[in-house]
Amino acid sequence: MDFNFSDQDIAFRQEVRDFMQTSLPAELRQIAEHGQHFRKEHYVQWHKILHSKGWSAPSWPVEHGGPGWTPTQKYIFQEELGLSGAPVPPPFGIGMIGPVLIAFGNDAQKAEYLPRILNGDDWWCQGYSEPGSGSDLASLRTKAVLDGDHYVVNGQKIWTSYAQYADRMFCLVRTDDSVKPQAGISFLLIDMDTSGMTVRPIISQDNDHTLNEVFFEDVRVPVENLVGEAGQGWTYAKFLLGHERSFIGDIAGSKRRLARLKKIATAEMSDGRPLSEDPAFSRKLTDLEVKLMILEVTQFRLLADEEAGNDIGPAASILKIKGSELSQLISEIAVEAMGIYGMPYVHDAVQPGGDEHAIGPNYATGILPDYLFLRALSILGGTNEIQRNILAKTALGF
Amino acid sequence: MDFTLNEEQQLLKNSAERFVEQDYGFEKRREIVASVNGFDPDVWAQMAELGWLGLPFSEEDGGFDGTPVETMIVMEALGRGLMVEPYLATVVLGGGLVAACATADQKAVILPALIAGEIQLAFAYAEPQSRFDAADVTTTATKDGGKYLLNGHKAVVLNGGAADKIAISARTSGGQRDQGGISLFIVDADAAGLGIKSYPTIDGFRAAELELSNVAAELLGDIDDAYSAIEAVLDAGIAAIAAEAVGAMQILHDDTLEYLKTRQQFGQAIGSFQVLQHRIVDMYIELEQARSAAVMATLRLTDNDPAARRHALSAAKVQIGQASRFVGQNAVQLHGGIGMTDELRISHYFKRLTIITNQFGSVDYHLDRMANSTPQLNHEDA
Repeated sequence: MDFNFSDQDIAFRQEVRDFMQTSLPAELRQIAEHGQHFRKEHYVQWHKILHSKGWSAPSWPVEHGGPGWTPTQKYIFQEELGLSGAPVPPPFGIGMIGPVLIAFGNDAQKAEYLPRILNGDDWWCQGYSEPGSGSDLASLRTKAVLDGDHYVVNGQKIWTSYAQYADRMFCLVRTDDSVKPQAGISFLLIDMDTSGMTVRPIISQDNDHTLNEVFFEDVRVPVENLVGEAGQGWTYAKFLLGHERSFIGDIAGSKRRLARLKKIATAEMSDGRPLSEDPAFSRKLTDLEVKLMILEVTQFRLLADEEAGNDIGPAASILKIKGSELSQLISEIAVEAMGIYGMPYVHDAVQPGGDEHAIGPNYATGILPDYLFLRALSILGGTNEIQRNILAKTALGF
Repeated sequence: MDFTLNEEQQLLKNSAERFVEQDYGFEKRREIVASVNGFDPDVWAQMAELGWLGLPFSEEDGGFDGTPVETMIVMEALGRGLMVEPYLATVVLGGGLVAACATADQKAVILPALIAGEIQLAFAYAEPQSRFDAADVTTTATKDGGKYLLNGHKAVVLNGGAADKIAISARTSGGQRDQGGISLFIVDADAAGLGIKSYPTIDGFRAAELELSNVAAELLGDIDDAYSAIEAVLDAGIAAIAAEAVGAMQILHDDTLEYLKTRQQFGQAIGSFQVLQHRIVDMYIELEQARSAAVMATLRLTDNDPAARRHALSAAKVQIGQASRFVGQNAVQLHGGIGMTDELRISHYFKRLTIITNQFGSVDYHLDRMANSTPQLNHEDA
């Protein structure tokens, strides 16, 4: 047993860290440091910088433009990326549809889509959830009917993150009503500017616009946009959910947030001394650190498993549950640490360049919206209750 | 980074688990716990024969040059079997101190006999007022010719009643809670002036109160300077019981899972109810997190930086304490009435985990020790 990274991995970490430090534009760094939210242009700007280095698709095979990293190198890269404060792009392109196309797409699809995902020209969104199909995703009803060389799609998707930015959507649609629900689902690629599609914003409780509803009214999708075989969409969806799950705990994000919380607790005064020296608050902080250290070891154990070529399987659900709980807990205690300045929320202050609108200490911006939006972590990608169902079935044999 | 066992370690694990399963049945344990000694001399002899008692000691001391990983493997097996033989007190604590502090002559007297299973040790560090602070020492040692005379009261000394030799911390200078000025001594259990009152603890082990009245003792290590060695051996104790806790929690988890799948109520196995499935999933998660904690404790035990070692060991102990409570309490809860009984082994594992929760320091104690040791994150630059 050995707890240490190899010399090569340590050197690799330094290389990544140096790159982040020299290549992350100052204006992006400042947005993160001021607790403000990135917009599409920031994500794309950073993606293109990574792409010029050959690092935009850490998990892709070399022949499709991936860097050919080991699982440990991928982990180190993701961690350094998370710690740097760089805009971590939503996973829909590189992390989700890319691997599906590489595994199940035909040559024409690969040639058309992969390069544009790799270089950041195309922004993708994920058409999965529907108003009546959340945790019970297989009950989805958005229908695609074959009409000559087109599928005609009618229905509605919901909770579609960043649909307002997207050029394309990968979408689960029902192509067969006569079989059991899972077997009647197909996987379609749809251009967002196709006639009949409407995107409507859903403002979330942090007063921001990330989520959307997407409506389909007689949307005609060329049949060559079907991925793999009709009726196999559920298999591809499950593959996608199982992909890159070892990063799902967002330990880097928690490290960054906990470091920020410690700074706040040192600056905030309570009873005439820094809040961090209050014995009860100090125990809360340290308990968060314990949870982070233990989760990281669990992550390392899974990583070592992956390195050995094993499927980490249900253990990823542990990372999802404990990682999301930890992120939420850190943000909850950060709001508490802010004291009276945990109350103001000025929406303009969290926009890039919104410094003049900020209220209270300069570390206050972003703490409250973070807390509000991070509630989504235990809901998206399969709620934590669904994760427990998965563990009950796969790990415990119920 | 590698979390697999090497071939020898895997063999050790297999053999330890087989021993526990085949030679340490629960009815046998019940008899051992009720016996006069509180352990089984035959089992102890077998443990010596299997080489377990010599694992952590160097080859020149007659041992097998093992790392903390070997200790982890044995302790996890002991936890699975809920074995009460005093491995922790003798090999990890007493033996650990002798290996770290003793002169070559002292080692030659003690370690070969220990490794052969001929003698047992104990380590007396706590006092009635000290709680978890091993620096809070009022027992005194005064020089008397070539020997020292010890006076004081040592509390809840694991295996104090059966040990042949006892390592004792005593103050040779400084104030009551100073880390400096503490020295270690070794005394024979039958030394004049040493009163030993042995008693059972709730987990089936034995401990003792020691009354020392002008007990002649031999110095172990450097005068006034024992605290860092004491802290290191108590950290080794934490790593050991972390592994033991993982073994015990694994049994509780497995037994509870089996019970949920077989116990019928409302015409169906109670494991068909989602609320119970989610509870045992949470037990499973806590067990896996505890396993991570035990591995971290084991691998960080040899950290060159004592502050970093303390920080990691305390973090591990916090997780082990929290997990021990959660898994223990819920194993009883999910068993319902039968979980309350002495008859089922569930309650016995629960009692051991209850002790482990606070042994070598409670959750709050270790949260505070972390805050006072190295409060820096590894990635403060983030």
